[in-house]
Amino acid sequence: MCMRVTDHCILGQDLNPKMIEITVDGQKIPAKEGEPILAALLAQDIIVNRYTVKRNEPRGLFCGIGQCTDCAMVVDGRANVRTCITPAAEGMIVETQYGYGGADDVK
Amino acid sequence: MLSKDLLVVGAGPAGLATAIQAAKNGVKDITVVDLNMKPGGQLFKQIHKFFGSHEHRAGIRGMDTGAAMLEEAQSLGVDIWLNSACVGFYDDKVACIEQGQPDGTKKIVFMKPKTIAICTGGQENVVRFTGWTTPGVMGAGAAQTMVNVNKVQPGKKIVMLGTGNVGLIVSYQLMQSGCDVVCLVEALPGINGYGVHASKISRAGVPIYTKHTIKEVKGNGPNGRVSEVTIVEIDPKFNHIPGTEKTFEADTVTLAAGLKPVSDLVKLQDIDLVFNGPFGGWVPVHNEKMQSTCKGIYVAGDTTGVEEANTALEEGNVAGVSIAEELGCITAAEADAKRKEIWERLDGLRMGPFGERRAAAKKEVMEQFPGVRA
Repeated sequence: MCMRVTDHCILGQDLNPKMIEITVDGQKIPAKEGEPILAALLAQDIIVNRYTVKRNEPRGLFCGIGQCTDCAMVVDGRANVRTCITPAAEGMIVETQYGYGGADDVK
Repeated sequence: MLSKDLLVVGAGPAGLATAIQAAKNGVKDITVVDLNMKPGGQLFKQIHKFFGSHEHRAGIRGMDTGAAMLEEAQSLGVDIWLNSACVGFYDDKVACIEQGQPDGTKKIVFMKPKTIAICTGGQENVVRFTGWTTPGVMGAGAAQTMVNVNKVQPGKKIVMLGTGNVGLIVSYQLMQSGCDVVCLVEALPGINGYGVHASKISRAGVPIYTKHTIKEVKGNGPNGRVSEVTIVEIDPKFNHIPGTEKTFEADTVTLAAGLKPVSDLVKLQDIDLVFNGPFGGWVPVHNEKMQSTCKGIYVAGDTTGVEEANTALEEGNVAGVSIAEELGCITAAEADAKRKEIWERLDGLRMGPFGERRAAAKKEVMEQFPGVRA
């Protein structure tokens, strides 16, 4: 299900955005170049970004402006990247973060 | 170590106005840092037209004000560092900045500015109910950012908690982008924002449940996403009234329960703070020059008490003038004259039933100013 707003009554139409491809948990998805990684995920109805350290509970978009860290994921091997304020770039590898996102954190 | 005349933390309306006003009055070497990908703070998600008088950009959409300010700051030679955060201060007001690099990495940079303006804005309050951490529960501002800035729906069926102006406006904007707003829920006996916004919601046939709150959110949707929301009536002491529950199918809950000032950086300096209810929490004590109690450090915007964009902008103008005065770019008499003009506009913004409360709160904060410490 694509959740993009392509024709907005005030913001108008999105004319020919430059689309790129990123890989999320092994699956390729489209993204608009430069949009936050989180927006590209949301457009594909992907809501969970990470699982918590102690209780392994799912977390997703909460503040959307880089304050709360609920949307942290592993991006190009780097853990704890706030996907709501990090732009998507061609070929980016994005992974759901488990715990602290280190190699020892169990999925 | 970099030396600068002015470091502004936060590129929202307050921070940009501080930088613009300081530059216009002769301050030369100005850097603004902001942790977001784009400057403008929350102005770019405000796609609605503002109220008020002509001099306060009434009828102009917040996003257009943001674009104009950005252009002005850039034309004045203000240096804006994006993806960059001021993460701390060392002795002697040395700022530690995590500076975003073009390749996406960060570099630690130390800066010793002659003056600092802290314009870190506000942060949404959270409401805790059973299931509040379920994916799909988010701030109303987060939902607004998604539809108005990123043009992606945060969900399809949305329950809004709170009927202040944020709750009302964001509900309407979610509808404008094609989301289905199931209902609005308000703990108080009446709608808490402007009637003109509430009417738009009611005309669209969306129910507003006053004297209600959310009791529980269930996360039985895909990947544990929100699947249903149960609301409940509350008594005057905000206790749930058993047997009054109503359950709705929804995939998203948005929280619009007010904001609090972001004062983390303020707390790292020798700055007096005071708790102010109407302003949303702990705020730095300041005077009519927007000077904090620590010499060389100024504050402006929601950091000093949650209000709205135009007030933040005018407070930034005051701070910018005062900084130019401190750095000797303009005389005290010139600064006083400019500040007087801006304060008249600020007083104009703090009128009416909502504004008077804010005017009283501002007065209370400023009355406690003990003077500047070196």
